[in-house]
Amino acid sequence: MSIIKFEKVSYSYPGDELPSLCGIDLSIEKGQFVAVLGHNGSGKSTLAKHMNAILVPDEGRVLINGVDTADENRVLDIRRNVGMVFQNPDNQIVANVVEDDVAFAPENLGVAPEEIRRRVDAALKQVGMYELREHAPHLLSGGQKQRVAIAGVIAMEPEIIVLDEPTAMLDPMGREEVISTVTKLCREKGMTVVLITHHMDECVNADRLVVMSNGNIVADGAPAQVFSQVELMEGEGLDVPDTTRLLYELRKEGLELSLEALSPADCAEEIMKIIRG
Amino acid sequence: MLKDITLGQFFPGNTIVHRLDARTKLILVVVYIAALFQATGWISYLAVTAATGTCMYLSRIHPKNMFKGLKPMIFIIVLTAVLNIFYTTGTPVLPGWPITWEGIERAVQMILRIILLITGTFLLTYTTSPIALTDGLEKLFNPLKKIKLPVHEMTIMMSMALRFIPTLIEETDKIMSAQKARGADFETGNLIQRAKAMLPILVPLFVSAFRRADELAVAMESRCYHGGEGRTRMKMLKMQFRDWAALIIGGAFLAMMIVMKKFGL
Amino acid sequence: MSTIRVEGLRHVYSAKTPFEKIAIDNIDITIGNGELVAIIGHTGSGKSTFIQHLNALLQPSSGTVFVDDEDINADKLSRRDVKRKVGLVFQYPEYQLFEETVYKDIAFGPENMKLSADEVDQRVREAARFVGVDEELFESSPLELSGGQKRRVAIAGVIAMRPGVLILDEPTAGLDPAGCRQILDNICQYRKESGSTVIIVSHNMDDVARIAERVIVFNEGGIAMDGTPNEIFCQPEKLMDMGLNVPHSSLIALELKKRGFPVSCPCYTPQQLKNAILAEKEAGVC
Repeated sequence: MSIIKFEKVSYSYPGDELPSLCGIDLSIEKGQFVAVLGHNGSGKSTLAKHMNAILVPDEGRVLINGVDTADENRVLDIRRNVGMVFQNPDNQIVANVVEDDVAFAPENLGVAPEEIRRRVDAALKQVGMYELREHAPHLLSGGQKQRVAIAGVIAMEPEIIVLDEPTAMLDPMGREEVISTVTKLCREKGMTVVLITHHMDECVNADRLVVMSNGNIVADGAPAQVFSQVELMEGEGLDVPDTTRLLYELRKEGLELSLEALSPADCAEEIMKIIRG
Repeated sequence: MLKDITLGQFFPGNTIVHRLDARTKLILVVVYIAALFQATGWISYLAVTAATGTCMYLSRIHPKNMFKGLKPMIFIIVLTAVLNIFYTTGTPVLPGWPITWEGIERAVQMILRIILLITGTFLLTYTTSPIALTDGLEKLFNPLKKIKLPVHEMTIMMSMALRFIPTLIEETDKIMSAQKARGADFETGNLIQRAKAMLPILVPLFVSAFRRADELAVAMESRCYHGGEGRTRMKMLKMQFRDWAALIIGGAFLAMMIVMKKFGL
Repeated sequence: MSTIRVEGLRHVYSAKTPFEKIAIDNIDITIGNGELVAIIGHTGSGKSTFIQHLNALLQPSSGTVFVDDEDINADKLSRRDVKRKVGLVFQYPEYQLFEETVYKDIAFGPENMKLSADEVDQRVREAARFVGVDEELFESSPLELSGGQKRRVAIAGVIAMRPGVLILDEPTAGLDPAGCRQILDNICQYRKESGSTVIIVSHNMDDVARIAERVIVFNEGGIAMDGTPNEIFCQPEKLMDMGLNVPHSSLIALELKKRGFPVSCPCYTPQQLKNAILAEKEAGVC
């Protein structure tokens, strides 16, 4: 059974003429690292908000572990199981002390104090913020704040973590911190990660890349395979990594290259094949 | 300049003052204020000052931080002093002068009273994390829930407000710089012109505060916030022996001050 | 159309307190008329402090800033006047929009300059055109616009003051690739038509590689490198030592070099790298 399942989901914001999601079908398997790429207004954030019942479909349904998000009695179960991290780190930190913030969700869930303490310490260690647990969040860097936010959701011990453009407001160092933290959560803890982004470099390490445009899924597959469809990506107003771009340009010059090399090392390897003959 | 505001700031520590239960500290602050207002003579002022000094020493809060907190209050302090110096009747310092010895005495006492009042309350916020503080308030006001007062909602709003003070101050600074770069002038002109000049700061600040509130609400819901019902706390408030001891000392101190007032000390 | 000259600039935050921090020190630099300069450096390298000195929002602890050979901190009046000469667009400038309509917001700067109504109108229209804001939007509320549009209106608000120098701090932060491209194109176009000096602070090396004519690298409060994109990006190892990213194409070139196929610089954009590879390949075959 898929851990996240969208069945013909449509949604329009009240007052909008055009729907933000038009009949989305999507299944995500447990433990996968899925990146969702799309330009602004493509519906990718709307998709994310359907995963923890912040929004419920106008048509179709969303199942989390088989539970329908429209079932109002199960909303807390779903939210506990799907941790959500948002774009602006300042607007999701609720406490003046790092560890108190991380404790917020388990407190809401009525977890016993000793157990909260254990979870908070474990969560802070996982994101590498344990040493700063008594700091005031407003004095942290953007990347650190975002890691606190991640700790705040993993303290709920969810199976799924959804990140809605978590790096849009960060500098390159902060972006790196956040991406490596979630990659680790997926690879080491087996968490299912859904990363919403418009930075294509962040999708490179994902297991699967879903591209959205105007409320539809226009491409879905392994990142290398999706990016190799250069014309399609350009048509959607999206970039492809410079590695793919280079291979694509070289291929136009008549070189027999595969476009499915994403890292600089793989790309160089691919070019060397041609050079060596 | 804006960054000097220390309101709602918390300096983590592990002193006896930090470890006291938030409820104890809240009650003690009320007791302290009551005691302070009993002070009439120099000896009683000395007693309150000594008590404040002891607490400050115990809390290991650097006096510099206290002065920083007092800075925004300087205007009020000076104003009170001036009013007292000039508007107290009594023996003039020099014949024909409007300044009286009694006025000077009153002024010094008033300054002392304001400073002690602020120092005492700051000691509470400096040594108590906002979460503990609001938890303490919620517990103390718990009986009021019976008359349908939304105690939990009020305290959580208070803790959010404290949380966002530094963020909004930083934001105000940024917006001011940006508008200055567009030639906005906050320093010249009459009162009405200056008030009008604040619009380019206030409007974006409000817009952003509403946006933040909106996003915060979604983030809180996503973290399973559903009101105060069934909530637990990581740091449970628990009255210890030291809390009862502190409360007894506080009560004794207040009694002493009342007695001193009776004797006009 | 202005020249900036900075001599011995130093700025210390919270001077004479335990929190004292030297943000920038020993900055000497001249930025000539009409240059398109990119400033790079990681967070805390001093670049933001530096640019806020160029229009007297911050005053130097020591050193002097000249714009068109006038000391901008000479007196209160020069500090005010320099804000008209040097336009500064902060990060996320859309957060400063406050008027009821787009038109009024763009007009805020020119009106502060006490220009005639006609002059203001002319400047608003010109600025809007530069950033591609349609006149149809003039009467809408800035709050109703999309993220990219808001950003462009905010930039127009600074351009409308017709500054001789336009400084933009991370103008593309948080925008999607299409939005980024449009803003950068607008800026290049503006600079071409107005001839004004443009300084861009950016984290995005690929953008810098594409548009800048001169790159200044800040590191630990000082200027670590200063040169053409060729000179800067052909030393990718040096940038990486400072903890900076390098354009992706440079990374590929480094990997090729490791595999015994050195590609001659410039090769920091995919286009250059492609040409370099093809050229090397030709040479190899012959």
